[in-house]
Amino acid sequence: MIDLVNISVGNAAGYALLGYMVVFFGLVLLMCVIFAMGKIMHKEKPAAAPAAAAPAAAAPAAAAPKAEPAPGSAGDFKLYNTDPRDAAMVMAIVADTLGKPLNELRFISIREVKEDEV
Amino acid sequence: MDILGVLQKLGLESGFASFFLTDGGWKNLVMIIIAFVLLYLGIVKKFEPLLLVGIAFGCLLTNLSYFVGQGANALYHPEIWAAFLDETSPAYHSYGAVMKQAGLLDFFYIGVKAGIYPSLIFMGVGAMTDFGPLLANPKSLLLGAAAQLGVFVAFFGAVLLGFTGPQAASIGIIGGADGPTAIFLTTKLAPELLGPIAIAAYSYMALIPLIQPPIMKAMTTDKMRKVKMVQTREVSKTEKIVFPMVVSTFVILLLPSTAPLIGCLMLGNLFRECGVTDRLSDTVQNALMNIITIFLATSVGATMVAQNFLNFNTIKIIVLGLIAFAISTVGGLCGGLVMYKTSGGQINPLIGSAGVSAVPMAARVSQDVGRKYNKNNYLLMHAMGPNVAGVIGSAIAAGFLLSVFG
Repeated sequence: MIDLVNISVGNAAGYALLGYMVVFFGLVLLMCVIFAMGKIMHKEKPAAAPAAAAPAAAAPAAAAPKAEPAPGSAGDFKLYNTDPRDAAMVMAIVADTLGKPLNELRFISIREVKEDEV
Repeated sequence: MDILGVLQKLGLESGFASFFLTDGGWKNLVMIIIAFVLLYLGIVKKFEPLLLVGIAFGCLLTNLSYFVGQGANALYHPEIWAAFLDETSPAYHSYGAVMKQAGLLDFFYIGVKAGIYPSLIFMGVGAMTDFGPLLANPKSLLLGAAAQLGVFVAFFGAVLLGFTGPQAASIGIIGGADGPTAIFLTTKLAPELLGPIAIAAYSYMALIPLIQPPIMKAMTTDKMRKVKMVQTREVSKTEKIVFPMVVSTFVILLLPSTAPLIGCLMLGNLFRECGVTDRLSDTVQNALMNIITIFLATSVGATMVAQNFLNFNTIKIIVLGLIAFAISTVGGLCGGLVMYKTSGGQINPLIGSAGVSAVPMAARVSQDVGRKYNKNNYLLMHAMGPNVAGVIGSAIAAGFLLSVFG
């Protein structure tokens, strides 16, 4: 039986190594679980899409053709929890800070980051 | 009427006289000065003020009211808690015995001793944390694991310096850069060291912007620091809701001793993400967190009794704590360098240092250092992944140490 109170240097080194390995083992397994979870969730999305598309097709408003992007536009970008007005301001500020015209920049998405997330 | 006799009695009973007439009373005076220094650091220098101000004032109150052999009016009684841990004492593990003689801060301390406050703080941390960056890039968990290196190196160093196994484990966990975890583990394994360990943990967390950048610069090249990382994928709401359930189930089954910390962390996160408990999430993030912080800080400060604090062990703990923090940063950066190499230079190794769990300061340091070398580089969200992984990593490290030494 190892004396854990008056632990020897050799045992301490062994426990230190084992502990570090356990932390890695736990987090690597968790990483695999999260990867698997992500894969499953992303697989579900395309399957759900056709079902959602059916009622949408029935709606007359959905028949409206999508507008062509304006000349020079880089296409759509996504807004997450962001008001379009705020997004326009953010883009103007970024362009001003970088000293580049807005039409030379491409924004992929803008997401509001709450105070407690940073 | 014996006016002089009454005045003499009042004089002899006063704390001023106790400084000079009580055995070791001068030590209280030193602790009071230390409390003022900590208050200065908290208020003026803004070192973790929400905690340090409470800790310092708890220390001040204890050392103003408790002198060896004169505990009648004390707010905190170390001898009650020594009896609580003494298997031969009738007061062994008896909260009833504690309550019979307790002062105000003894009552507060029951919440620390029972492991309630650190767990509730973890619930607040969970409710405040967005695990989205971690879900978007699960490889960040490797950096959170790598950055626990300091925990085990400091544990080994503490054994070399003559600490017992449980004491060394409590000192090592300072390297996890996670105050509630350090308090939780120390209360279970080495309550006599709670004061210095809490002070070391919170002081070094406040000093992360000073401790980490020189190490980050020493371990990375200019080219590495300039790497711009690609945007992480958007994480769905469902993933965020399922995540706390998966982590709780998985980690608690793996290491049951992590249940109080991981359970509360993930419950708080579920309140935040599930979308139907906004009121609870708001309460946990604000009101509950603030109330518990007051109780936790003052009761931890109260344990800084002169007789327990003023000894050579405190200096050793402060030094080992700094080593633990530095080595954890080195571990995280080593992980970052490995990922930089294996990804063909796609991952900026600076995010590795955020694997020490101090949320969100360590991630902010990665962002600040990265921006110094490339002002268009925004590493914050990339660094938040390892940062929150560090919280889980330090809880697993604490769970391991608790199951071995508890």
